[in-house]
Amino acid sequence: MSEIRFTDQHEWVRVEGDVATVGITDYAQEQLGDVVYVELPEVGKTIAQGDEAAVVESVKAASEVYAPVSGEVVEVNGDLEAAPGGVNEDAMGKGWFVKLKLSDKSELSKLMDEDAYKSFVEGLA
Amino acid sequence: MSGMNNQGRPTAAGEASSSSFETYTGNKGLRLEEPLIFELDNPGATGVDLDEPEGYEPKLGAFERKARIGLPGMSEPDVMRHYVRLSRKNYSIDAGLYPLGSCTMKHNPRLNEKMARLPGFADVHPLQPQKTVQGALELMDTLAHWLKELTGMPAVAMSPKAGAHGELCGMMAIRAALVARGEGDKRTRILVPESAHGTNPATAALLQYKVDAIPATADGRVDLAAFKAKLGPDVAAIMLTNPNTCGLFERDIIEIADAVHAAGAYFYCDGANFNAIVGRVRPGDLGVDAMHINLHKTFSTPHGGGGPGAGPVVLSEALAPFAPLPYVVHGADGFRLVETVGEAKADGSHPFGRMVAFHGQMGMFVRAMAYMMSHGSDGLRQVAEDAVLNANYVLASLKDYLSAPFEGPCMHEALFDDRFLKGTGVETLDFAKAMIDEGYHPMTMYFPLVVHGALLIEPTETESKHTLDQFIGTLKHLAQAAKGNDKSRFTGAPHFAPRHRLDETLAARNPVLRWQAETPKQAAE
Amino acid sequence: MRYLPLTQADRREMLGVIGAKSVDDLFRDVPERARRDGFVDLPRRQGELEVERALTKMAAKNISADSVPFFIGGGAYRHHVPSVVDHLIQRSEFLTSYTPYQPEITQGTLQYLFEFQTQVALLTGMDVANASMYDGSTACAEAVLMAHRVTKRKKAVLSGTLHPHYRAVVENLCEAGGDPVEALAPALPGKTEDIIARIADDTSCVVVQTPTYFGELIDLRAIADAAHAKGALLIAVVPEIVSLGLVTPPGEMGADIVVGEGQSIGNGLNFGGPYVGLFATRTKYVRQMPGRLCGQTVDAEGKRGFVLTLSTREQHIRREKATSNICTNSGLCALAFTIHLSLLGEDGFKRLARINHANAVKLGKALSGVAGVELLNDAFFNEFTIRLPKSATAVVDALADKGVLGGLPAGRLIPGNATLDNLLIVASTEINTDQDRADFVATLKEVL
Repeated sequence: MSEIRFTDQHEWVRVEGDVATVGITDYAQEQLGDVVYVELPEVGKTIAQGDEAAVVESVKAASEVYAPVSGEVVEVNGDLEAAPGGVNEDAMGKGWFVKLKLSDKSELSKLMDEDAYKSFVEGLA
Repeated sequence: MSGMNNQGRPTAAGEASSSSFETYTGNKGLRLEEPLIFELDNPGATGVDLDEPEGYEPKLGAFERKARIGLPGMSEPDVMRHYVRLSRKNYSIDAGLYPLGSCTMKHNPRLNEKMARLPGFADVHPLQPQKTVQGALELMDTLAHWLKELTGMPAVAMSPKAGAHGELCGMMAIRAALVARGEGDKRTRILVPESAHGTNPATAALLQYKVDAIPATADGRVDLAAFKAKLGPDVAAIMLTNPNTCGLFERDIIEIADAVHAAGAYFYCDGANFNAIVGRVRPGDLGVDAMHINLHKTFSTPHGGGGPGAGPVVLSEALAPFAPLPYVVHGADGFRLVETVGEAKADGSHPFGRMVAFHGQMGMFVRAMAYMMSHGSDGLRQVAEDAVLNANYVLASLKDYLSAPFEGPCMHEALFDDRFLKGTGVETLDFAKAMIDEGYHPMTMYFPLVVHGALLIEPTETESKHTLDQFIGTLKHLAQAAKGNDKSRFTGAPHFAPRHRLDETLAARNPVLRWQAETPKQAAE
Repeated sequence: MRYLPLTQADRREMLGVIGAKSVDDLFRDVPERARRDGFVDLPRRQGELEVERALTKMAAKNISADSVPFFIGGGAYRHHVPSVVDHLIQRSEFLTSYTPYQPEITQGTLQYLFEFQTQVALLTGMDVANASMYDGSTACAEAVLMAHRVTKRKKAVLSGTLHPHYRAVVENLCEAGGDPVEALAPALPGKTEDIIARIADDTSCVVVQTPTYFGELIDLRAIADAAHAKGALLIAVVPEIVSLGLVTPPGEMGADIVVGEGQSIGNGLNFGGPYVGLFATRTKYVRQMPGRLCGQTVDAEGKRGFVLTLSTREQHIRREKATSNICTNSGLCALAFTIHLSLLGEDGFKRLARINHANAVKLGKALSGVAGVELLNDAFFNEFTIRLPKSATAVVDALADKGVLGGLPAGRLIPGNATLDNLLIVASTEINTDQDRADFVATLKEVL
């Protein structure tokens, strides 16, 4: 069973085995509005927790997507380059950004679980 | 009765019609659709008469362009009509109030245009022998003198091409001064208030500085305590807009300047809002080290649909020696343009480099000069007073109808937020677009970032009380309509413009940045 | 004051609404010691007549290019601008409009920018162009920074025949970011320095101008291939855009970015500004491009319209992460460019280029017939370099005294290089008549 964790920067990370799939949350895509462009890292790049992993742009804003955990990029979601609207349609699923090979599983413990993130978002309103 | 003529046209107004229908042409009376020049191509037509040259042997080597370029052919009347028709799709300050906060859209006197077109200014080459351009150098020197007097600063770099370019120039002078005293590597941080123009952090970043944001207080000004806490031996400068982007004067500005200097850093002032204080307050008296002046704002050179601007930078005694090339000096045998590092060093200067190929925006210098001479020192002071009076009049008249985040008095612009729209389903954007239907250009929206759903109104001094009263009446009416559940009027706005709201998402997801022969004509569908 | 509509009665009434006693009250946030009473020490207001008189007098102290045989180039060229251009750009709706941030009521500006972008892309042989830059030199410097972003490298290699002021602007901006620049020594016209040997694995871009500072046309193909083989970009600089009516465009010779000075089309000399920078590139690099871009879209009713787009690259959104700090473009100069080029059209533009070339060839021939004068170029467009038997600066000064503006001494912009002392860079455009040429030749003989 996969586990999903969240950051206070509105990224999510779902871990299966030693591969972490990273995206932005539904709340984040709603705040951004229509996503028009996604810039993804190169496969093979190593990214540390909290570093920039991708950039997501709407018409009015450009935001960095930070890596919730450290690891090496093993796959990127090339579909988003042609159809960035996928982030709006299914942020938590088909709209994922990158897959990282986890280098330190313990980092996950610093992140929020689903309930914690939910109340975190409610606190923002 | 004799000779009664019952022929001819009816002269009564006829019936009013509210029916809407599509016209054959797509035009709606004076609202005209216009294709692109490429769609108007009439091969073989031309708008110039040039004779084919004869009697020469080409010396192009192997570089002759053979293929068709793809430029359309058009006669002079066709070109004239095309661009006149395009022009009619634009709002302009000549046609109405243009209340864009932070942009200073004021009347552009036509005398300035006429003067800029004198052949002695418009038709001189930047690299003519200097003895043949003494009048041009005199104009630059005279304008420089006025800018120095008005700002109370000892030097000015004239060459920057626009405000942001001036900002870059000022920050480069600061960096050069720090390098000269051996602190170039040590001072790496720039303090920038949250409310700053986007150019400020962009400029600092270009120079590899770290940008450190200073929070604002509840009354819309720099948080003095937070600012002082951020000062340190690694701070190179503060970049502060004054009057600030909330339209407020920074009351603590002298204390800020003193603290910056005590910490060994410099004070860069964004002079975008100089219009509010010209002739009444001199930045030199506030402790400023460098400030750009947008000639297209304060000194009314036309905005031209987004440029050209001009951004001379006044400099303090500490920064003056580092001003970029070229600059004008006044010698025994007239004016001299210092163009090379060698000449500058002989003068005891240490220019940090060169901002631009030639000497700056001469065409804008002439316009600004004509504007300043027309106003004089008395008129320029009146400019600031009337600009501030007009903005406060708007603020006082609307604060009970819209919502104002900060107490007055404001300076040259009045800031509102979107609290008055709460619960109406109407957002700042909708409210602004509804102004288009009333015949106004919207105010600046969503800037500054420090208030929610900002609406920033800068009327400028060239609006009459009558014009302001109509504008105020319009905004009151719209605010009541928004609160009165007339939502679709706003969310569908503008209803009466040449275009309805445009799909910016489509434009960004699928960029079409040029015309191409094979592109299907979407307009015709 | 004629530009200020408020009367004293208005001011009193408005102060009453505000609840202030005087306008001084409104300035109460200004620290007391910075408040100025009285007027700044400058002259008082003047009427139109007085201002016009004073400025006309100042302008008359200059020798304007229309009043003498005129042959100066060096990055700014005197061409004939049709009267329609100046009439149209002075229309209120163009002249006194702001940046088109409200597209519904600025389609006029947006559509001409779209036309401009298309024209620039066509001229340069590139895929896309932006809505203009300040001028050619700043466009050149921005192109170098863009190449750094694309290649993620830091080092630019500049040709020695790049306009010396362009070089200085590039060096200034690169130095600000701590990025190294390798600039080659100026090579005499006719000889192209071996820039290919300088391209290394850390080279971000090679910057080559054509026609060069000395007027020579350059074959970019081999340089492009060498740059691409090392993963670097080729930036081509075109200081005289009219050349592209006759000369192979950089886009057909492998350039990745083409920048240029657009002043020649639609815009006057203006003692150096305002001008209009041209910036074009390949589609794949568009998101790394600086400056404003206009794009096509549809409105809520499905009608074609234009908007500023890809703005997330720009400073007002991206702030410290923007591709550039640029805020304005050169809108009205771009409009003048677009109108003039529309008047020229395909046939007119090419013919204009041929006239320029023909006049330069004729002048080169006539000048090289003067004893002691040697034409140094192999291939050129409308500008070339001659070697004089004495200092070019002294000759130009003497010519000016006799009413001929006879070119640019090569050493004026590259001081301290004795090999350039006797070199004179001469330009000839469609404005020059047979009589101008004859006057130039005769006067040159007198002063030599």
